[in-house]
Amino acid sequence: MELIFQSTINGLIQGGFFALFAVGLVLIFGVMGVVNFAHGELVMVGAYTVWLLHAQKGVPFILVILIAIIVVTLIGLLMERLLFRPTRDDPLAGLICSIGILFILVVIATLVGGDGPSKQVPPPYQGTLILFDSLRIPYQRLFGFFVSAAGLGTLWYFLTRTKLGWALRAVAMDREASALQGININRISMIAIGVGGALAGLAGALMAPLTNINPHMGHNVIITAFIVTIVGGVGSLSGAVIAAVIYAVFHTFMTVYFGGVVATICGLLLMVVVLIVKPTGIMGVRVSE
Amino acid sequence: MKTIIKLLKIAAAIFFIAGLIILPHYLKFHHQDLLIFLTVNVLVVASYRIVTLTGEWSLIHAVMMGVGAYTAALLFKHYDLGMWFTLPLAGGMAGLTAALLSFPLFRMTQFYFLIGSFAAGEAIRLIWMQFIIPFGGSGGISGIEAPMVGSIDFMNPIPYYYLALGVVSVCFFILYRIEKSRIGMTLHAIHWKAPLAQSVGIDTWRYRALAFVIGSFFVGIAGALKVHYLGTITPNQFGIGFMVFILIWVIVGGYNKIYGPILGVALLTIFDESIRGFGEIRPAIYGGVLILSILFLPLGLESIPAKFFSWCGIGGSSSDGPPP
Repeated sequence: MELIFQSTINGLIQGGFFALFAVGLVLIFGVMGVVNFAHGELVMVGAYTVWLLHAQKGVPFILVILIAIIVVTLIGLLMERLLFRPTRDDPLAGLICSIGILFILVVIATLVGGDGPSKQVPPPYQGTLILFDSLRIPYQRLFGFFVSAAGLGTLWYFLTRTKLGWALRAVAMDREASALQGININRISMIAIGVGGALAGLAGALMAPLTNINPHMGHNVIITAFIVTIVGGVGSLSGAVIAAVIYAVFHTFMTVYFGGVVATICGLLLMVVVLIVKPTGIMGVRVSE
Repeated sequence: MKTIIKLLKIAAAIFFIAGLIILPHYLKFHHQDLLIFLTVNVLVVASYRIVTLTGEWSLIHAVMMGVGAYTAALLFKHYDLGMWFTLPLAGGMAGLTAALLSFPLFRMTQFYFLIGSFAAGEAIRLIWMQFIIPFGGSGGISGIEAPMVGSIDFMNPIPYYYLALGVVSVCFFILYRIEKSRIGMTLHAIHWKAPLAQSVGIDTWRYRALAFVIGSFFVGIAGALKVHYLGTITPNQFGIGFMVFILIWVIVGGYNKIYGPILGVALLTIFDESIRGFGEIRPAIYGGVLILSILFLPLGLESIPAKFFSWCGIGGSSSDGPPP
């Protein structure tokens, strides 16, 4: 019973991180029509920034989070301006370009940190919160959960309460119609990938003290992001958040009882089942061809 | 003029074939290895082309190659079957797997199909990782040998190269005939105007599935060819990394003509070998070339001659692009 509660709590916290990068992927796909295969590597860059500046150079953790967000956002903006804008009419070309970026970022990470064993970042917040004598939540995880919740809350506010957010959602719904309304597509694309990049950087920075950091960590991130995106419904942000939490709890339970590989297999099968039964996902709306 | 061009073409073909036959004798051992993998990879991209003819880009092709390779490896290890049996059986198993997967996968199109095929492939690959019996887990299976016929030991690179070249040539010829046949034309039709194709009574689902099964059959054979030479097999050989390379070869080569992907795989393999000295930054160079070719050569390397000729003002080259 304790194990079940503990796994649920761990899963919920994990869900916050999943939601951060999955929402970014959804946002970029929705607005720009590009499947950003390098999204996992953006998270990896965020984690590397923390490792380099916090664990190696001793810069305060809060400051490093901000730096990670800025670095990854800048990478995202560069990708939009140099790659995705010229290839906007061809989604396949955008996908391939993002794969090229993926290779480059992995190599940069290898050059910066070496190809040795995975890196660890000592958690800046020590100690554990103990609830009901048995539930153990390290403060580091608690901090990560609240920051990711705050990040998602800010995003929700931005998308639903500001004019720019409305414009962004309008472009995601119908690009040509929004252009006719005088919305600058280029600017909105920049904002979408900027926000997506910022969330990926935040996710990477928050996960850094809790995970093994290596140049290939993006692979698992992108698989998770795909599963969450599909289960939640492509283009649905709230769906992505809900799916992230559900999948994280599901994955944590499967990992505890059957091991990590089986957990991922089941996640992938879950995704295939959702694709067959309800391709629009749990929160998706029907999109006409 | 026309006969001269025809003669030139025939001369070029003879020269090319002769070059392929004498090539391995002038290479170092390491490069002979590479030549065999290149030959196998030609079959990989040529079979991938059949799948993509309908305009659906799958991300499961590398895993289908793995299905063939694992089938060949297991048949060899447990039933001691020679290569002559494992090659077709590997293809058959990959084709069968594709046929079963086509029921769920082809309910989706475009983006969903891309992601769905990726998920299905990754699930198969993780199953190889998870089940030590019979798949050997992440360590895979080793000790798979090439056959021996009389005094010719196919463990040596040169005989094996001729064997691979023969198998790949036959397969490529069949694939070429399929593309030029009514089936191939139908696949093209589905790509450019799916609703129109449907309206004249073409079952698009069946043809998409058929293309998928044919492509998987031949890539299964390629997998068996590779594993019999390499001797070992691990799940990581067929991961998304290799799939990305297939995509790069096809796209950099150009996917509008049948020889585009082959051009891509040949030139990029040579390019990859020539930058071997750069060590760990090699993938970044690869990524850079990929991006540059997408931005500046969206139709691939095969479009260069046509561009060159139209720039010189000789003859309008017809492209296989969509009708206006």
